Amino acid sequence: MIDKIADWVNADTGLVRRGRFVNTTFMIAIDDAYTLLRIQEGRVTKVVSGPFVTPDYSFCLRASRAVWEKFWQPLPPLGYTDIFALVKQKLMQVEGNLHPFMANLLYFKDVIASPRREAKR
Amino acid sequence: MSPRFEPISGRYMRLELLGKPHRLYFEEAGQGIPLLCLHTAGSDGRQYRGLLNDTRITKNFRVIVFDMPWHGKSSPPTGWQDSEYRLTSRDYVRMIIEVADALNLDKPVAMGCSIGGRIVLHLAHEHPERFRALIGLESAAHTEPYYDLTWLDRPDVHGGMVCAGVVSGLVAPVVPVEEKWETLWHYMQGGPGVFKGDLYFHMIDGDIRGRVDQIDIKRCPLYLLTGEYDYSCTSEATLDVARRTGAPATIMQGLGHFPMSEDPEKFISYLLPVLEKVRAL
Repeated sequence: MIDKIADWVNADTGLVRRGRFVNTTFMIAIDDAYTLLRIQEGRVTKVVSGPFVTPDYSFCLRASRAVWEKFWQPLPPLGYTDIFALVKQKLMQVEGNLHPFMANLLYFKDVIASPRREAKR
Repeated sequence: MSPRFEPISGRYMRLELLGKPHRLYFEEAGQGIPLLCLHTAGSDGRQYRGLLNDTRITKNFRVIVFDMPWHGKSSPPTGWQDSEYRLTSRDYVRMIIEVADALNLDKPVAMGCSIGGRIVLHLAHEHPERFRALIGLESAAHTEPYYDLTWLDRPDVHGGMVCAGVVSGLVAPVVPVEEKWETLWHYMQGGPGVFKGDLYFHMIDGDIRGRVDQIDIKRCPLYLLTGEYDYSCTSEATLDVARRTGAPATIMQGLGHFPMSEDPEKFISYLLPVLEKVRAL
């Protein structure tokens, strides 16, 4: 599912516009499965799955598979609707250089939640 | 299309507040029992436009909403540019009492959300005789910080965008999309450091856990309403206040941290029965 994030994001012109100044690579960690996502001017241009020896990224969102699966439901259960809800409950860690993440929070929240769109189909 | 005018009137009031001259903006509609509404941290009185426009409420209540100093169309006090804004419990309580006095409100009902839902607990504790009733929306005795608040006010991050980004997940995912973005728009327009300054009260200074048991709802009735999707002021935290005070609490389905603006119609369906009880007092 995660490899389709590029299609969902890049097809959403409003979201790409919101992220038009974003140029970074970030990581999603699902248990010990790692994926690097490259963003250029708001478009997801590269999605590469690990394992990695020396991954180079700005920030990482880390949670268990069970948590991600609930988070990506079309209507997630209470407590799983938002990244910060998970962080508050210590179900997710956001690590690394948080500047690109916090400076573009509305963008990244929708990028990271984009698999919900597939689940809706 | 001919214009349609809303029944809301807005005015600026010059008054002495917290010992300093202030220019405060407030809006009102309706007549009857004064219902003084308090907005959330980092936002302003526009959150209550749904109530101000609802004749089921305004036929019996004079709904009054003021923008706190530094918020909305109320200015910060002179000299603000050389200070850091920090809301304290003491100032917040005093501000509400002073605004109520300036408007000659006789035993108003005060209803507040989030920081407003917290301060009504302080009002219930310190000034129960001043109010006919208190209504706490998203009330919790304390909220622990769950992110680094310095992100909210630094020159290399757009303050409006990060404040809206932080609170966006507190809106229930099932509310009308236009109301969600209207709610976030208000956050995008907050002044630099204002949301952070309000959270000083919310997450540090306003902790009332040690005094909640002393609230006597026989001296001033207290009602609690909390949205089920609020993970900041949680249902559990509200129910804990209810258990410790005896105040009736309702968990509102399909609503989050900003019930009055994220889905006014649904929120009002929960509020009307409470207002009926207040009228019967």
